[in-house]
Amino acid sequence: MSVADIQIEKDLHHDGHDDHHEQSFISKYIFSTDHKTIAKQFLITGIFWALIGGGLSVIFRLQLGFPDMELYWLKPLLGKWITAEGKIDSEFYLALVTMHGTIMVFFVLTAGLSGTFANFLIPLQIGARDMASGFMNMLSYWFFFVSGVIMFISFFLETGPASGGWTVYPPLSALPQAIQGSGAGMTMWLVSMVFFIASTLLGGINYITTIINMRTEGMSFTRLPLTVWALFLTAILGLLSFPVLVAAALLLVFDRSFGTSFYLSDIYIGGEALPHIGGSPILYQHLFWFLGHPEVYIVILPALGITSEIISTNSRKPIFGYRAMIGSMLAIGFLSFIVWAHHMFVTGLNPFLGSIFMFLTLIIAVPSAVKAFNYITTLWRGNIKFTTAMLFSIGLVSFFISGGLTGIFLGNSALDINLHDTYFVVAHFHLVMGSAAFFGMLAGVYHWFPKMFGRMMDERLGSIHFWLTFVGVYLVFFPLHYIGIAGFPRRYYSFTSFDAFQTFTDLNSFVSIAAALTFFAQFIFLFNFFYSIFAGRKASLNPWKSNTLEWTTPRLPGHGNWPGAIPKVFRWAYDYSKPGAKDDFIPQTVPLSETPESNLPNEVEEAKAEAKK
Amino acid sequence: MERHAEIPLGSVRVRSVNPKKFAMWLFIITVAMLFAALTSAYLVKQSEGNWPEIVFPSLFNTTSVIIVLSSISLHFAYIAAKRNNLLQIRAGLAVTSLLAIAFLIGQYMSWGQLISQDVFFVGHPAGSFIYVFTGLHAVHLIGGVIFLAIVLYNAFNYKVHSKSLNQLEMCVTYWHFLGGLWLYLYLFLVLNN
Ligand code: HEM
Ligand SMILES: [Cu+2]
Repeated sequence: MSVADIQIEKDLHHDGHDDHHEQSFISKYIFSTDHKTIAKQFLITGIFWALIGGGLSVIFRLQLGFPDMELYWLKPLLGKWITAEGKIDSEFYLALVTMHGTIMVFFVLTAGLSGTFANFLIPLQIGARDMASGFMNMLSYWFFFVSGVIMFISFFLETGPASGGWTVYPPLSALPQAIQGSGAGMTMWLVSMVFFIASTLLGGINYITTIINMRTEGMSFTRLPLTVWALFLTAILGLLSFPVLVAAALLLVFDRSFGTSFYLSDIYIGGEALPHIGGSPILYQHLFWFLGHPEVYIVILPALGITSEIISTNSRKPIFGYRAMIGSMLAIGFLSFIVWAHHMFVTGLNPFLGSIFMFLTLIIAVPSAVKAFNYITTLWRGNIKFTTAMLFSIGLVSFFISGGLTGIFLGNSALDINLHDTYFVVAHFHLVMGSAAFFGMLAGVYHWFPKMFGRMMDERLGSIHFWLTFVGVYLVFFPLHYIGIAGFPRRYYSFTSFDAFQTFTDLNSFVSIAAALTFFAQFIFLFNFFYSIFAGRKASLNPWKSNTLEWTTPRLPGHGNWPGAIPKVFRWAYDYSKPGAKDDFIPQTVPLSETPESNLPNEVEEAKAEAKK
Repeated sequence: MERHAEIPLGSVRVRSVNPKKFAMWLFIITVAMLFAALTSAYLVKQSEGNWPEIVFPSLFNTTSVIIVLSSISLHFAYIAAKRNNLLQIRAGLAVTSLLAIAFLIGQYMSWGQLISQDVFFVGHPAGSFIYVFTGLHAVHLIGGVIFLAIVLYNAFNYKVHSKSLNQLEMCVTYWHFLGGLWLYLYLFLVLNN
């Protein structure tokens, strides 16, 4: 190896690796720079936030489903937010909705999902010892942690946490006079987001650098597993869109704390005009959705990548249309930057612009459909192994389709006049984004648990968990379409105060019960997860008979992942059930020259060239 | 680097780009996106009409010249580093740092010029945007000055030379970017007024 190589290798391993020899508890588990530990930190923190976020939704579903219920028993938890009549305070209801959205979108499905799987899978699947910079990686986690702490503390403020919705539109969010939650709670929301964005960018820079620079020999881009492709594109989307959120938030901070008028103009409160002139709240929406739309794909792409991997492995078939999968992700990534105004059809947007955005939005349905089609064709006549991970992946495909279909309705700028900001939108994005990404995350946990903890999760509990959650999700979100078509607006405190919606009282109660049951079903997972960490059955080296590199590491990979040399890669990740082969899978590390019986015509030449080396 | 004894190197794909430099480029992209967002916001806001004319501080011309000069002097230091001319490296870096500080002072004084024509940070967004552009650019530039100081310190400790250029190269890249960014912002303001 030349001098230059060693120099690079030194650079790669330089950051924060002073902790060789005996690692103390702190440097091993707390301020660790090992990507596997950081991944687990993200995962556990994500699970913590998922519980809080889910718990909040059960509380506000109680209000929606059972408006007359007396909630004194929640007083120990919520204190003064339960009014003297035993109801949830109506402003606190808004805080609940806001926090639920913020936590789920950012903390669980962005940090919890990308953070866990990008950290865990990228080095293991591309054949690297660790991330490009372990130190930046550690910072990324701790910024996320601090961001969470700040958000958590905001729950205990006198005026409550932010309550302007997860999109925090001004002027509501800009004026503390407007609503309690726009006071200190909103300030803390913004501070928390600054840390969160810093964390995402640090992580993203690291993921991209690692994937481009540190792939093992033979791991060309056309041999990368689709998980890595998905995580790669996710990181790029984040890198391009989160700075825009910084810009949006920065101007909001100036409006709130310094008195500028970027988003504010001609506002009267209590009959008095505020001094702000010349601003525009629509400006905020443009900036926010320029991030916001790519953000929804930041949430779903990793889940789709995980699904590709799991469906292919457990169908024992190569993924259908590997290149089409990459192409469709590229197309989705590109298009996601030019459709943001479909969230703004009813803001007084020029109708001509509206039809352009409608056109671009509907185009996104094409690559999305390509992906759905490829999943189904991969499953088609496969030798399907219904592992829990596989069940969750198939569930994801189902949600992605049923939720994606309603996107086509919403993308129509004329229909959207009726549907915007109703429960129809809530149903749409909870299926296509919320539940689908959540299922992707669960599938990933079930699938890579053996590699993370060296033990197996219980498959029987896993499938019970799957069926309860799968049925539960549809029971919760399907009825919401009807409520939405009937015109009920989202984020309203009460249904019963409007005659038109009286007929939906029973349906709402039904949804709330289903939501609570689905939430409680998640405790089966929690039990399974924590129990299996300590007492699960010991995993074999390659329990799913999978091709990718992570399964060539020891049962519990140490610092550096492979005890010997890093394995070389000779083929793509999807040689399942290759005709002529003796096994129904050929790991990426097996040279073509060793499998003459199954080589395709174009591989024969390659095998010869390989053998000569 | 004892750890290399524990873990065999294996074959890492060695590419021409050093990961740190690459990460730095990615960072530059994020900064560029931040300013792209802000300048787009400016355009969107302006297109809504009711946009007061603002006379830009004449000092902007001076500071633009200063920042171009600082890029040149830094490049001079870089060439000197390739030739291992220690004295010139230090001189180039020192001059660049001084010019950088002069630029910051100039930007600060230009705010005075804005105030003297009654354009305040708090007021119509047309004025506030100018403060945001210059202020945020200055924040990034202060980061650059700290970076320069680190390289200068290393130059005095004989750590910057033709065999150890990485840090200096990263500093040069970032600095040229900041210079270009300022020229873009100024041109943007002038062209859209
Ligand atoms: C066929 C593809 C899709 C189309 C045409 C589409 C279209 C739309 C439209 C037009 C809206 C705005 C509705 C309104 O507020 O009136 C919307 C909302 C939303 N979509 Fe989609 N969508 C698609 C797929 C997706 C995917 C894949 C995700 C996430 C992974 C997603 C996540 C969301 C979210 C989170 C919202 C609501 C944001 C909010 O207001 O809080 N959509 N979609
Ligand atoms: Cu969208």
